[in-house]
Amino acid sequence: MSEEWKNLFKKPQESAPLHTGPILFYNNLVIDHFTNPRNIGELEDPDGEAVVGDPSCGDQMKVAIKIDNNRIIDIKFKSYGCPGAIATSSMITELAKGKTIEEARMLTDDDVIIALGGIPERKKHCSLLGVTTLLEAIKDYSKKQKALG
Amino acid sequence: MKRVYLDHNATTPLDPRVFEAMKPYLLETFANASSPHHYGRLAKQALEESRGIIAKFIGAKPEEIVFTSGGTESDNLALRGVAYHKGRRRGHIITSSIEHHAVLRTCSALEKDGFTVNYLPVDDQGRIDPDEVRRSIKKDTILISLMLANNETGVIEPVAEVGKIAREYGILFHCDAVQAVGKIVVNMKDLCTDLLSISSHKIYGPKGIGALFVKDGIELSPLITGGHHEKGLRAGTENVAAIVGFAYALKIAVDEIDSYRIKVSYLRDKLESQLLNKIDQVEIQSAKAERLSHTSCIGFASVEAESILLHLDLKGIAASSGSACTTGEPEPSSHVLVAMGVPPERAKGSIRISLGRENTEEEIDYTIDVLEDTIRQLRIISSQWETVEEKAL
Repeated sequence: MSEEWKNLFKKPQESAPLHTGPILFYNNLVIDHFTNPRNIGELEDPDGEAVVGDPSCGDQMKVAIKIDNNRIIDIKFKSYGCPGAIATSSMITELAKGKTIEEARMLTDDDVIIALGGIPERKKHCSLLGVTTLLEAIKDYSKKQKALG
Repeated sequence: MKRVYLDHNATTPLDPRVFEAMKPYLLETFANASSPHHYGRLAKQALEESRGIIAKFIGAKPEEIVFTSGGTESDNLALRGVAYHKGRRRGHIITSSIEHHAVLRTCSALEKDGFTVNYLPVDDQGRIDPDEVRRSIKKDTILISLMLANNETGVIEPVAEVGKIAREYGILFHCDAVQAVGKIVVNMKDLCTDLLSISSHKIYGPKGIGALFVKDGIELSPLITGGHHEKGLRAGTENVAAIVGFAYALKIAVDEIDSYRIKVSYLRDKLESQLLNKIDQVEIQSAKAERLSHTSCIGFASVEAESILLHLDLKGIAASSGSACTTGEPEPSSHVLVAMGVPPERAKGSIRISLGRENTEEEIDYTIDVLEDTIRQLRIISSQWETVEEKAL
């Protein structure tokens, strides 16, 4: 019997939630940041910290930064949320690390998305959470600096 | 990779026995069942025999079975068919807040058209209160629609009681039994329903076929018009092979219902008790209610369902959260859990595991291990976990 039909339809790909996952199509890099998030944890005596929640979806991110000579020398985070929230949180900490305060302030949600090689449309709002939380942590640092005089 | 399928409430695989039964009706008995010639008569015979089998297994008469394209169409035919009957444009409908979207969204479409709808609340276990149905009845109530078993929690609703109330007031009663049929005994004589939706692909039959039981004497307005198929209630050439598959799948499910229930309830109970044992802050939704024996809705504090599901998927385990249809929408929380009063953060951390007849104990052991690992990993990175821990102290 002819097996021609088999050539007409794509073979299901073994693997890859990135293509055939039940939920969303995340790329390899997003999956990697989700399963092995960078800079997880907390800092002792952080120079700035913030907890921000996304009221639209309930996701939450906590960031702590260590500043030396106007530069982010260490950053740690924890996140509660979907894979998109976790992966974008992880990426913003990678982007911020080593940057000066001014450089870090310039980071946008688009930078996070580009660095991750794109994320699904309805997950784009997740990347804003990381940017906002980082900004809040920087603000917290500036406030503390002023308080110190 | 090891693959474990635990999403049987979304759909089931086709039983190979059913596939075998369908083959001749795809290849040989291919004719249009409305055709008067030899070929057509053979198809017609298979169609009517299948109708008889399905009727018998749900305690109905063959002429009370109308084939549709599936559960969603059956629900639509029941609701719209009653609502619009004889050009009606107004009327009151009672349903519950935990129905499948096939019912809920059809109801909201009817509301836009001028009908009024009451969405009854449920208790914290996801059960509706029959007295609430009674209290909601108005002079112009034309229909009550209630599911027999919930797709997310597995809770079995007091349909027989509601059926009696409906009968007492002379109101038509539709029951969405899509998740229940083949898993618990469903008999028209006990349920007092006038209309009942069932589907093939939830019981190892083919997709794209379902049926609506329409009690003798009940008149509906059709959704799809055309030829005289299905007594004018559903035009379109019948999919005989799928109907044969549906009938045989239902027969197998009912014949094997006892061994099925023993098997899946053993696996489900093991899964639930082990998770409760091994993981902190786990909650089985609707644990105190009577449930289908294969469905488990499990809430984990401080983690989010989609993240759990992606970890599971990466380890080869297929489960779901909420209703499968809602995973593409902006709000991940399930309308069923919300209606039960489950706090949003708990609803967000709830996944649904629905077992099937082909699952093994080894698969369940694997799932328990993977879940334990996944929850630990996600809690390590969760900004909510320590707050929960602190509260517990």
